[in-house]
Amino acid sequence: MLRLEPRTRAPWWLGVVSPVMAVVATMLAGGLLFALMGFDPVASIRTIFWDPLFGPAAGYSRPQLLVKAGPLILIASGLAIGFRAGIWNIGAEGQYIIGGICGAAVALAAYPSEGFWIFPAMVLAGAAGGWAWGMIPAILRNRTGASEILVSLMLVYVAQRVAAWMAFGPMRNPEGFGMPGSRNLQQYPAASNPELIAGTGIHWGVVAAVVAVFATWFLMSRHIRGFRIRVAGLAPRAARFAGVRPETLVAFCLGLSGALAGMAGLFEVAGPGGQITDSFGSGYGFTAIIVAFLGRLHPVGILLAGLLMALTYIGGELAQLMLSLPAATVQVFQGMLLFFLLAFDTLTRYRLRWGTAR
Amino acid sequence: MMEWTTLLLLLSAATPILFAALGEAVAERSGVLNLGVEGMMITGALAGFAAAHATGSPMVGFVAGALAGAALSLIFAVLTQYLLTNQVATGLALTMFGLGLTAMFGKPYEGVKAPSMPGGPLGINWVIWLGLILVPVIWLVLNRTRPGLILRGVGENHEAAHALGYKVRGVRMAAIAIGGALAGIGGAYVSIATVLQWTEGMTAGAGWIALAIVVFAGWSPWGVLAGAWLFGGVTVLQLRLQAAGVAVPVQLLSMAPYLATIIVLVIISARHKYAGGGGTAPGSLGRPFHALR
Repeated sequence: MLRLEPRTRAPWWLGVVSPVMAVVATMLAGGLLFALMGFDPVASIRTIFWDPLFGPAAGYSRPQLLVKAGPLILIASGLAIGFRAGIWNIGAEGQYIIGGICGAAVALAAYPSEGFWIFPAMVLAGAAGGWAWGMIPAILRNRTGASEILVSLMLVYVAQRVAAWMAFGPMRNPEGFGMPGSRNLQQYPAASNPELIAGTGIHWGVVAAVVAVFATWFLMSRHIRGFRIRVAGLAPRAARFAGVRPETLVAFCLGLSGALAGMAGLFEVAGPGGQITDSFGSGYGFTAIIVAFLGRLHPVGILLAGLLMALTYIGGELAQLMLSLPAATVQVFQGMLLFFLLAFDTLTRYRLRWGTAR
Repeated sequence: MMEWTTLLLLLSAATPILFAALGEAVAERSGVLNLGVEGMMITGALAGFAAAHATGSPMVGFVAGALAGAALSLIFAVLTQYLLTNQVATGLALTMFGLGLTAMFGKPYEGVKAPSMPGGPLGINWVIWLGLILVPVIWLVLNRTRPGLILRGVGENHEAAHALGYKVRGVRMAAIAIGGALAGIGGAYVSIATVLQWTEGMTAGAGWIALAIVVFAGWSPWGVLAGAWLFGGVTVLQLRLQAAGVAVPVQLLSMAPYLATIIVLVIISARHKYAGGGGTAPGSLGRPFHALR
């Protein structure tokens, strides 16, 4: 019989191979699914994974890659730190929405004045909003022991309703002819987050994502706090004996990931999104969880995983347009990918053996 | 009469959560934390609706919902029990997968009407009755029968249960499947009996609320019933306030169930924390089991 035997140490290359195998397995399973639904599997997979980069319309879709990857990488870098310590912030979507609202609030309050300080103030407000929303589950967990998983998730639904309320109420565009939604910040130069280099899709959010990758790499591999986080995740009891306070880690991890998610929301509302609407949250916060795992919680891995996940978004849209594949295809892909990732990750922790145990 | 219809509304609003939370309570008593409840509920909602629409029979719909929920839960079961994956991450994946799958296959059912639910004794439909009957039944099985004792033993201390010769994996596979089936029925109730149609993501966090209610309930079926009614009450109150035209925006009123869930969770967790010990959570909850011998 096939059985699993724990590895004492895994060869380093398995950590690289297992996510790649998961991606390949997802493509195969996805192709099978498309074939069952009556689509040409090869054409579907090519449209999703190849055409956005090298197809005939690549000139349009290539910049979109960075536009979509930016928020994913920014959010996932924060989440991965908490996941390393066993602190599960799964409410990044809510922190993203609140960050966007807080940042937009600064811009709308300053409208129509022009000033170089407006955009930096918005970034700070976005980060502060996301931080505050992330600190709610942190404080509740530290004070009462309430599960941060459930509290942070409930707060996503609350944040979505706050966004809807803002779009229909306090933030509604006074010149919008009664339509829900705030002013479009793309038309307000002091507050907008434009494309920095034409044709690349790079905006301040992409810059922030790259900075976040380097900063989290430094934190996790060169800083004492990163070391403590890793120890807390691998051996919680040892960490406590070494004087690591779990409360501090909970507050730090949830606060930091919240702030990064909030910034991602701000860059989105000031840039590609443009305005606060009732459907402002677009699922980046949840997809970022997959990005964090696909990148095996490592900053460089997250960078690559974010790009791949952005590719599936763009490819999914393209497949919807060209082959009329259902819009939810991407969501199904992402769910399957996480399953395969977790399954292949088992191979890095265990060795497959035939026969019964000695 | 006003009071009776309010009570009916409350019972009906509580039913999806009651089923899902009862199922999750069974799974968690066996030591498995399945965060995929939302995904199993939405799958049950679509499968149930599709089957009820195709056959014209709500009864067939609920059976289909249960089967679909159980089938989806088996993905989680195989991954966590045989491949020993992290239960939190796998449960999340199950929810994302379920939401995606139903969004993909649900398109043709948008705008279609559900067949009408037959009434039952006292004007309460038989699915509500089934939920109410399940509470004492599950309590009895868990606390007064041998299989229930084995299930709780596996959940409290899987090493000890394994040493006594019980099949930890088998018990947990069964518990996860029961959890999936009940979540599927709960989801089917949302689409067939409450909303009367299919819309994408229609369970709107009910699965997550069910997870919180299991904690609130202290992992007991009677506690689950109390939690589900509390949730039903908050929902009905919120709807009544909306209908009465209270000067609070609808969007803010509709936050009530989620805020109530957080408040309840906080109060219960604080009580456990200051009463000493880790509360009544099963001892092996969320820990993977790997038999070396």
